[in-house]
Amino acid sequence: MTTTAAEQAAEGQRPEGIGGAARAYIDKLRGGDFGSLPAVLGLAALVILFGSLKGDRFLSSFNFANLLGQGAMIIVIAMGLIFVLLLGEIDLAAGVTAGMCAAVLGVTMTEHGWPMPLALGACILTGIVVGLAQGVLVANFGIPSFVVTLATFLAFQGVLLLIIGEGGTIGIRDDTILAIQNDNLPVWSGWILAAVIAGGYAGLTLMRRRSRITAGLATEAFTVWLAKTGFLVAVVAVVTFFLNEERSRRPEITSIKGIPWVLPLILVLFVGLTFLLTRTSFGRHVYAVGGNAEAARRAGISVARIKVICFVACSTLAAVAGILFASRDNSISPSTGGSTTLLLAVGAAVIGGTSLFGGKGRIIDAIIGGLVVAVIQNGLPLVTEQAGIQYAVTGGVLLIAASVDALSRRKSVTG
Amino acid sequence: MSEPDASAVAAGTDTPLLELRGITKSFGAVEVLRGVDLKVRSGRVTALVGDNGAGKSTLIKGVAGIHNFDAGEYFFEGAPVEVHDPKTANALGIEVVYQDLALCNNLDVVHNMFLGREVTRGVTLNEDEMETRARKTLDGLAVRTLHSVRQPVASLSGGQRQTVAIARSVLWNSKLVILDEPTAALGVAQTEQVLRLVRQLADNGLGVILISHNLGDVMQVADDIAVLYLGQMAAQVDTKDVQRNQVVELITAGRSGDIGLSPAMAEVVL
Repeated sequence: MTTTAAEQAAEGQRPEGIGGAARAYIDKLRGGDFGSLPAVLGLAALVILFGSLKGDRFLSSFNFANLLGQGAMIIVIAMGLIFVLLLGEIDLAAGVTAGMCAAVLGVTMTEHGWPMPLALGACILTGIVVGLAQGVLVANFGIPSFVVTLATFLAFQGVLLLIIGEGGTIGIRDDTILAIQNDNLPVWSGWILAAVIAGGYAGLTLMRRRSRITAGLATEAFTVWLAKTGFLVAVVAVVTFFLNEERSRRPEITSIKGIPWVLPLILVLFVGLTFLLTRTSFGRHVYAVGGNAEAARRAGISVARIKVICFVACSTLAAVAGILFASRDNSISPSTGGSTTLLLAVGAAVIGGTSLFGGKGRIIDAIIGGLVVAVIQNGLPLVTEQAGIQYAVTGGVLLIAASVDALSRRKSVTG
Repeated sequence: MSEPDASAVAAGTDTPLLELRGITKSFGAVEVLRGVDLKVRSGRVTALVGDNGAGKSTLIKGVAGIHNFDAGEYFFEGAPVEVHDPKTANALGIEVVYQDLALCNNLDVVHNMFLGREVTRGVTLNEDEMETRARKTLDGLAVRTLHSVRQPVASLSGGQRQTVAIARSVLWNSKLVILDEPTAALGVAQTEQVLRLVRQLADNGLGVILISHNLGDVMQVADDIAVLYLGQMAAQVDTKDVQRNQVVELITAGRSGDIGLSPAMAEVVL
């Protein structure tokens, strides 16, 4: 109620507090910058839809953990794709790169008896080399990324076949690799993790607020900070509580509860990559190249170098997704990372709010968009068994997201 | 703050900030610049005018180090200098604001002003420091048209974008700012804003070269006018000593009454 008084007092000026923040946000939406709002609304709508149709199965904590595991690969590949999408480029091979790197992991461990860390290194190194090669072809040879990665998309499927051998699969037996997607944090450490996340966010944002106030710069109102922090604490608490519930169908035989290991892994990637993109010169230059490559070049930024690094980041994250594939499927097959994997990852990034035209996107988009994709993939089979409908709906959602992206871009250009 | 004062002192002396003597430049068989002289003093706006193809862009690109001159002398602050690339020019304190501005629409004002020269603390960007300095620079130029330095450039008007580009050029202790047609795409009110800013740059003690086709702007803001006519410097005159129609004659015929090229010289060209 105090905000209303403040608004009246400072008419014409931008009001402080939550009212002001809300107004600024509405201005931003009017300007065509929707951010992740459509994805968050879509996610809520889908959860309500599937919840009301098949609530008993869809809304169970078992299914929630399952959904995270299903979505994890898509989310990690999408995180990598955001680097190249920010440049206005594309990596069509990211999915099969994940499959190929997973095969390297499997073959070196199973057939050559390499110790797990060494095999992991080989898997990641494969991703780095792939990204380096694709990046140089795009940035230094000037071949459109669409063509380069369409070629590697085909080639890597072949390499995957050659590594595995026709028709075969490679089993994964390493306990640590399998644990990522199949084991959970103990219940108590889940709560510690939750406390670290909430406390870390509150502490860091409060420190940044302090330093801006000391520097005499405009700062968001304390009530806005309080609301944001409160919201985050609530989300973290609900997710932790939900995942700490017993979700085994027969608890007396095996107990399944706790946060799946893959969740902290995704959080670490999210925090690290977000830091890289928003708090370092490198990240700033990525946005600059995507926004106006010529301006970036004149400002002394090596555009080719930035492009190569982004392609390396994309393929390396695809390799990480490959590890998740190996962990979840317990094996690598010639179809690992193929089929609709890439389409879903691009869809996740775009649904989350990353632009296909470059210059706009955040790592969180991969998580929000990835959850939307995972909910569709997970919820639709509960409602209908027809694969045709599942494909059509997923394609439709991607098309809607791309339309929102194109329309918001047009709005911000004319407005 | 000490920088403009020092330059202002230099303005009182006879040494020009930039002096070019006998500059020539050819592209293949085409002689674009034929013995051009130019003097730019600190604290003054020097307008560079001339018809299309007179050699304005070539002259400016040579000063900025994008092209190399074939022959002639290039003095900066009284000392002969060799400027063979843009970096050398930047190091001397020469900044060019190009017509297309080269801003990133998706970044905010502060990010654009510090693009490629970010201030860091360890590996992280020092946003507070950059925002403070950006604000200070804009205040120093008496810019009142930007509500927030944290709004993306995409949301700014043409005049505001020009303001950001100009402010960026003076962030780095620059001494000479070259503006290429800064008002070409602007409406009346925004042109007025930008011209006021151009005046402010000179009043802060910087040397300013203003390239413009709009004689109204030139007569309003420039202290002296350098007229290029088919690759030769027809005349560099004080704005207060000439009438608008004389400048037009200088641009179109290379001479006007007793100023400009000698009739013989002007005819040789034709």
